[in-house]
Amino acid sequence: MPSNAAGREIPSKIAGLDLVKPFEGAFVNTPLVRKQKGSRTLPRLNKLMESLEQAILNSELKDGMTISFHHHLRNGDMVLNMVMDVIANLGIKNLTVASSSLTTAHEPLIRHIKNGVVTRLVTSGLRDKLADEISHGLMDIPVMFHSHGGRARMIESGEMKIDVAFLGVPSCDVYGNANGYSGPSACGSLGYAMVDAVHSSKVILVTDNLVEYPNTPFSIHQDQVDSIVQVDQIGDPEGISAGALRMTRNPRDILIAQYATHVIEHSGYMEDGFSLQTGSGSISLAVTNFLRDVMIRKKYTASFALGGITGSIVGLHEEGLIKRLLDVQSFDMEAIRSIAENRYHTEIDASYYANPHNKGCATNKINVVILSAMEIDTSFNVNVLTGSDGVIRGASGGHSDTAIGSGISIIVAPLFRGRTATVVDRVQTIITPGETVDVLVTDHGVAVNPKRQDIYDRLKTKHLPIYTIEQLQKKAEKVTGRPEPVKFEKRVVGVVEYRDGTILDVIHQVKD
Amino acid sequence: MKLRRTMLYVPGNNPNMVKDAHIYRSDSVMFDLEDSVSVNEKDSARFLIFQALRCIDYENTETVVRINGLNTPFGADDVEAMVRARPHVIRLPKTETAEDIRQVDSLISKVEKKAGIEEGSIKLFAAIENARGVVNAYQIALSSPRLVGIAFGAEDFVTNLNTQRSKEGLELFTARQEILMASRAAGLHAIDTVFADVNDDEGFRREVELIKSMGFDGKSVINPRQVSIVHEIYTPTFEQIHSARKILRAIEKAEREGSGVAAVDGRMIDKPIVERARRTLELAQLSGIYLDEIEEEESDAQ
Amino acid sequence: MKLIRTGKAGTLESSDVMITVKNNPANKIEINLQSIVEKQFGRHIRSFVEAVLEEMEVTSAIVDIDDRSALDCVIRARLETALYRAAGITVFRWEAIR
Repeated sequence: MPSNAAGREIPSKIAGLDLVKPFEGAFVNTPLVRKQKGSRTLPRLNKLMESLEQAILNSELKDGMTISFHHHLRNGDMVLNMVMDVIANLGIKNLTVASSSLTTAHEPLIRHIKNGVVTRLVTSGLRDKLADEISHGLMDIPVMFHSHGGRARMIESGEMKIDVAFLGVPSCDVYGNANGYSGPSACGSLGYAMVDAVHSSKVILVTDNLVEYPNTPFSIHQDQVDSIVQVDQIGDPEGISAGALRMTRNPRDILIAQYATHVIEHSGYMEDGFSLQTGSGSISLAVTNFLRDVMIRKKYTASFALGGITGSIVGLHEEGLIKRLLDVQSFDMEAIRSIAENRYHTEIDASYYANPHNKGCATNKINVVILSAMEIDTSFNVNVLTGSDGVIRGASGGHSDTAIGSGISIIVAPLFRGRTATVVDRVQTIITPGETVDVLVTDHGVAVNPKRQDIYDRLKTKHLPIYTIEQLQKKAEKVTGRPEPVKFEKRVVGVVEYRDGTILDVIHQVKD
Repeated sequence: MKLRRTMLYVPGNNPNMVKDAHIYRSDSVMFDLEDSVSVNEKDSARFLIFQALRCIDYENTETVVRINGLNTPFGADDVEAMVRARPHVIRLPKTETAEDIRQVDSLISKVEKKAGIEEGSIKLFAAIENARGVVNAYQIALSSPRLVGIAFGAEDFVTNLNTQRSKEGLELFTARQEILMASRAAGLHAIDTVFADVNDDEGFRREVELIKSMGFDGKSVINPRQVSIVHEIYTPTFEQIHSARKILRAIEKAEREGSGVAAVDGRMIDKPIVERARRTLELAQLSGIYLDEIEEEESDAQ
Repeated sequence: MKLIRTGKAGTLESSDVMITVKNNPANKIEINLQSIVEKQFGRHIRSFVEAVLEEMEVTSAIVDIDDRSALDCVIRARLETALYRAAGITVFRWEAIR
C-alpha cells in the first residue's frame, strides 16, 4: 500500500468514497495561502494589483465576453469610464457591458461603441447623449432593458453569465471585504453590486479608500473577490449623492402630493403596521412629509420602508414612525450616514429586493408604493423609459417590480408637462403593464384603475377630484392639442424585458 | 349663495401658472395685470391673459382680472382688452371714490356695446387700499350695479397710514370693519387682504379665523397652499351642522304642531337663529360636505 | 401691419416661448423655429404662426421662435405682443383679434 505525503498508508479503495485522492502536501492543493511560514517580513497576504491593466490581464478577459458594473455612484461614477479606457487600450473588442444602469456620466461609452470595443448593452436605463445616439441607431444589437429585479433574476438563474465584474467600492481592505459606508466616495448600500459579486466568474474591486483588514461590516465578501485595484478616485461626491434634500416649494408638486396622501390615507392600505416605498422625486418627498402628519395624527407606525432610501425616510425612522428600513440604494448623505450607523437600516441585495423567481423578494411585502411616470395610457400602462418623442431617456428601475408587489401602486405626475401630455392613448414604450397599476394622481385629478373597484369605492366620497382615465386623457389633449405621431424606422434599438424574463415591448429607431 | 372664500393671485405674465390656475380649486382666480407685472411687460401680460381667458377652460372657477388703474397709461387698454376676453369680474385697484367706480363702469359699458356683449355682464370688484378709500367705502359700495364685492389691500393701506403691519393687526381693524359694514349694507361680498408670509402657517390660520369671525366672506391668497387652509376654516364643522339641523327640525316641528314658538336645549329659537342655521347648511353643502351621509349617521345614532 | 423695428416678447421659462420678429428684406414670411417639442408639434406650430401672421395682415417678417413647450394661446399672445412692439403701434385693434 502506498503512503501519502504525510507518510500514512491509505487504501486505494474506501467504502463510501467514489475516488480516493491521497494527501499530496499541505500547500500543493491550496493555492492562495502563504507559501512560506515563519518569515515576519513578508508582505501581508493581499489581492492588490499594480494597475487596472494588470487586473484585467489577470482576469483573462477576452473578446466577446460580458463585463458588469453597478450604478451606486450614480452621476458621479468614474469607474466604468476608467475601466473601459484601459480595456480599449488593450485592444479587447465585442464586449457586452451589463451595468445595472447607465447615467449621464457614461457618455464616453459612445466612443467605445463606435470603435467596436462594446457591441451590446444590458442595462436598466440610458440617459442624455448616449441614449439619444442609441435611439438614432448607434448600435447594431438592440439594448436589453431590464428591471432591477429582472437583472438579479437573469444573473442568479445563469441566463446572463458575467465573466468579469468591475465593482467600484468606497471602502475596501486588502483581501476584498468591501462596503459603501465610508470613504470620500461613500454611496451607502451596494445592493446591485452584491449580486454580481456572488455570481460573476471574476470579480475585480476598484477602490479609492483602502482600509485596515478586516473591513467589517462588509457587503462584498473577501471570498467572492479575485483582485483589487487602488485608484485616486472612484467617484465625484457631488454626483454620487445629494446633500439634504429640502421639500419642494413648487405648488403643483405639493398639490399632487396632497392628493396622493389623501388617496393613501383612505385607500384601505394605510393602517398601523403598514409598509411603504416612495421614490426620490420631489413629489415623493412631499408625500413622505405629508404622510408623517397623517401617521402622527392617527398614531400609526409603519413596519418598514423599502427602497431607494432617502433622508426623509430615515428621519421618519429615527422619529420612531417607521420601524425598519430595507435599503437597496441610498440616495443622499443622510441615508448613507444612517445605513453606516444603524443596524435597523439594513442593506439588501437586488435579488432580495425584487427577483421574482427566488423564494420571496421584498417587493412582495409592500403595501403602498409611490411611482413616477413619463407617460401613462388609458389602459394604465406606464412608460418611464422613453420620452413622448420616442427617444430613450430614463430607466426601468424598480418600477415594474414594486407596482406588482404592492397592495396599492400610485403613479404621481402632472397631467401635462409644458404641452406634452402625460396621459395618452397609447404609451411609446410599456415598462409596467397596466394590470399592476392601481391609481393615477395628477394635478388635475385622480383616476382609479377599473380593476380596483374596491379602492374606488373607498375613495369616491373623500372629496377627491376623481375622473376616469379616459376623461383625464381628453382633458390633457384639449389643453395641449393632439401631437403628431412620432415616426420610427423598422430597426429595433431596444428590447424591454419584463421582470420575469419575457419580452414586454420593443423600441424602434427614431426617424429624424 | 355664491362662495368667494378664496381669490388666488396669479401673476399675469407667467404662462406656467396662468395655464391652469384653477387646479388649486380656489373659488376665484385673479389674473393680475397690475403690481406683479413690470412696466415694460404690461402689454405682454394683457395679451397673455386675453388669450388665456379666451382659450383655456377654467371650469367652475370664477375668473377675475385686476387691471391697472384708469389714471395709469395702461388702464384703458386693459379694459378694452379684458372686456372682450370676458372674465367674470374686473377688479379695480386703489379705489378711492365712487367716481372711480363710475368711470370704469362707464368704460366697460362702452366696450361691451362695441363688442356686442350683453351690457352689465362683466361684474366689478373694488379694491380699497388707502385711507381715502376706507372713508368713502359706503359710497363706493353703492356706486354701481356691476359691483359684487369689495376687497381690502393692507400693504398699500399701512404705508398710507404711516405704519407697518403687525401680527395682531390692530392697525387694520377699523379699515376691515368699515369695509365689512359698507359691503353688508350694500349687499356685497367683503374680501380680506393677502397674508404675505407663506411659511407662517400658524399666523395665517389665526388671521383667517379672525376675519371669518368678523364676518368676511373670504380672503385673497397669494400661494396655492393657502387655499385649502382657508376652505378648511370656512367649512362648517360637524357639530355646527348637527346643531343647525336640530334647529331646523325644531322649527319644522313647531310649524307642524301649529305652536308659535320653538326651543332647542331650553333656548328659544327666533328668526336670526333660523337664518344662521339655514346659511350654515347651505355653506356646508357648497363646501362639498355630503349632507345625506351626515343624515344617515344621525339616524343611526337615534 | 408693417414691422419697423425688432420686436421681442416672452421668456425662456418652461411653458413659455420667446419670439423675435423683424422686417424681412426679402418681403416674405420666414419662420425659424427651435422647439423642445419639434417632433410632436413642430409642423403645427409653424402653420399656426403663419395663420396668426395672416390674420394680423403681416406679409413680410422674419420670425425667430425659441419654444419651451408653450400652449397655442401662449404662442399667439407672445407673437401678437412682439408684432405690435415691432410695428411700434400702441393703439391695439382688439376687434381684429380673435
